[in-house]
Formats: sequence, structure tokens, C-alpha cells
Amino acid sequence: MKTSNKTNVWLIILAIILIIVPLVMKKDAEFEGADDQAEDVIGEINPDYEPWFDALWEPPSGEIESLLFSLQVAIGAGVIGYIFGMMKERRKIATNR
Amino acid sequence: MKNKKVIFLSILLILLLTPNIGQAMHIMEGFLPVKWAIIWAVVSLPFIIVGFKKVSQIFKGDTNKKVLLGLAGGFVFVLSAMKIPSVTGSCSHPTGVGLGAILFGPTTMTVVGLIVLLFQALLLAHGGLTTLGANTFSMAIVGPLVSYGIFKLLKKRDTNTTFTVFLAAFLGDLMTYVITAIQLALAFPDATTGFVGSMGKFLSVFAVTQIPLAIVEGIVTAIVYNLLIEYHKEGVIRIENIK
Repeated sequence: MKTSNKTNVWLIILAIILIIVPLVMKKDAEFEGADDQAEDVIGEINPDYEPWFDALWEPPSGEIESLLFSLQVAIGAGVIGYIFGMMKERRKIATNR
Repeated sequence: MKNKKVIFLSILLILLLTPNIGQAMHIMEGFLPVKWAIIWAVVSLPFIIVGFKKVSQIFKGDTNKKVLLGLAGGFVFVLSAMKIPSVTGSCSHPTGVGLGAILFGPTTMTVVGLIVLLFQALLLAHGGLTTLGANTFSMAIVGPLVSYGIFKLLKKRDTNTTFTVFLAAFLGDLMTYVITAIQLALAFPDATTGFVGSMGKFLSVFAVTQIPLAIVEGIVTAIVYNLLIEYHKEGVIRIENIK
């Protein structure tokens, strides 16, 4: 294996560990996507503040929201995969010449 | 019954003790007073204009740059949609703008970041239109500027590339959240302790959650950059930032 590949493998493992550790450490935490805390702090500092504008459209449910989030990932991952595939193919052509 | 009570109490305790914010990233719709919403939009505007000029130049140029821009854009799409758990017991997500900032300079990423922020504001009720200016400033202007600056600075000193890229992406991500905390503290200064007091509160909510995520972003950015360097060395792709 090339050294740069080796570095990358180690880096990937490190990233995965970093993501898993909180899940193990804080087993009872909710890990929820709540904006509540910032809202709470605002409410604490300025109890009279009312949001003056509401989102034009909100996903009707958590499922729809995750659908749209995964759509966003799918678009990005598709583009990345396509480009890396293309570069790999170009390299093959270049080395075969 | 007793068990249930214990579980309920312990969850409550954890909720009280840990700064718990989910979608810490963007300031929610309607949560900045009109004055600040306008100020941040005005401040962001020049960067957006320069960014659009840069992007249209890239589109007029060769395929090489377009491919790299596509990659940087895809990277932002993926990373900014990944809600990752943090040690504070809540989730937040990285920004992904560091990679593009290193490849293209900061203002190009302002445009990419703006597109993602619009997507999330319109379709996901995440962030918002009234806070778009402020969120653009933190994620798509300051974040990329910091990443780009760190990269330029360390590259001159011949520091290890993986580390340089890691640090650039890590600090860019973290600074985005610091700016978000500053923006909220400016809009909502504490009645007794003023700007500083409220800044501390928002920082403890935003920055602490973000530290492990910023590390993950730094690592992933370094991985992609390493791969790009390899292709660059083999002549498949040309990256102007590499000698």
C-alpha cells in the first residue's frame, strides 16, 4: 500500500472513532436535533423576544425532513463519486498510453 | 415505576447539565432582530458579488477547474447534511467549506455555501431567509477565509500537508460557530453582563459541541485533499495551489 493510502485509512478510522465515542460515552443523551438550547438562551436573556418571521415551508414530519437531508447527501455523494471515478479512469488511460 | 422515575430524572439531569443544541449550525428563522438581519445581509453582499464573479470565471475556464469546483460543492452538500453526535450529548453538523476554500480561495465558497444555506432554509426549515445574511457571513465568508488564511500561512512554512489541511478545515469550522455565537450575543446582549456575558453563554452552547465535529471535518478534508494530491502528481488533475 502507498503511504498516502495508509495515512488515509488511519485517518478514516480516527474519524469513525470520534463519531462513535460520544454515542458510547453519553448513552442516555437524546442526540436530538432540537434548536431549543439557543432558543432557551435567547429566551433567558430577552424573555420578550418573539421570532418575527416563520419558515415559509416546513417538512411535515421528521421522516420528510430526513428524506430531504438524505437527498442533499445523495446529490453531493453522487457528484463526488462521479468525479473520483472519472479521475481514476483518466489515470488508467494515461498509464496505458 | 421506580425505575421509570430514576430514568426520567437521570435524563432530566443530563439535559440540564449538558449544553444541548441540535442544529447548532444556523441561526433559526426569525431569531435575529430586523436590524441585525439587515446588517449581516449588507455585510455579506460584497463577498457574494465577488464570489459570483469568481464562479462565472471558473465556468468560462477549462474543465479541470469545473471538475474541482464540482467536487468542492459535493463535499459541502454531503458534510453540511451530516448531523454528527458530539460529546455534549447533542448533534451538530460540519460545514465542508474548508476544502473548496483551500482549492479556490474564500469567495468562491461563499457562493457554494449560499446555495446550500438556501436549500436548507427553503426545504428543511433549517436556518432561514431572514437569517440568511448572518448565516452566510459565518459559514460561507468567515469559515472559508480562516481556512484559506491558515492554509496559505502554513504552506509557506513547509508544514506537513495533511496537518496543514486538517488545521485549516478544523479552524474554519470552529470559527464559523464562534461567529454565530458573536452574532447572537450582539443581537441579544445580557441585561446585566452585557455582550461578554451573553457571548459566553452562546459560546458554551455552540463551540463546545462543535469541537469534535470540527476535528472530524478536518480529518475528512485532509483525506480528500491527500487523494487529490495523488491525482495531481500523476497529472490527472491540476491544482494551482500546489507547486
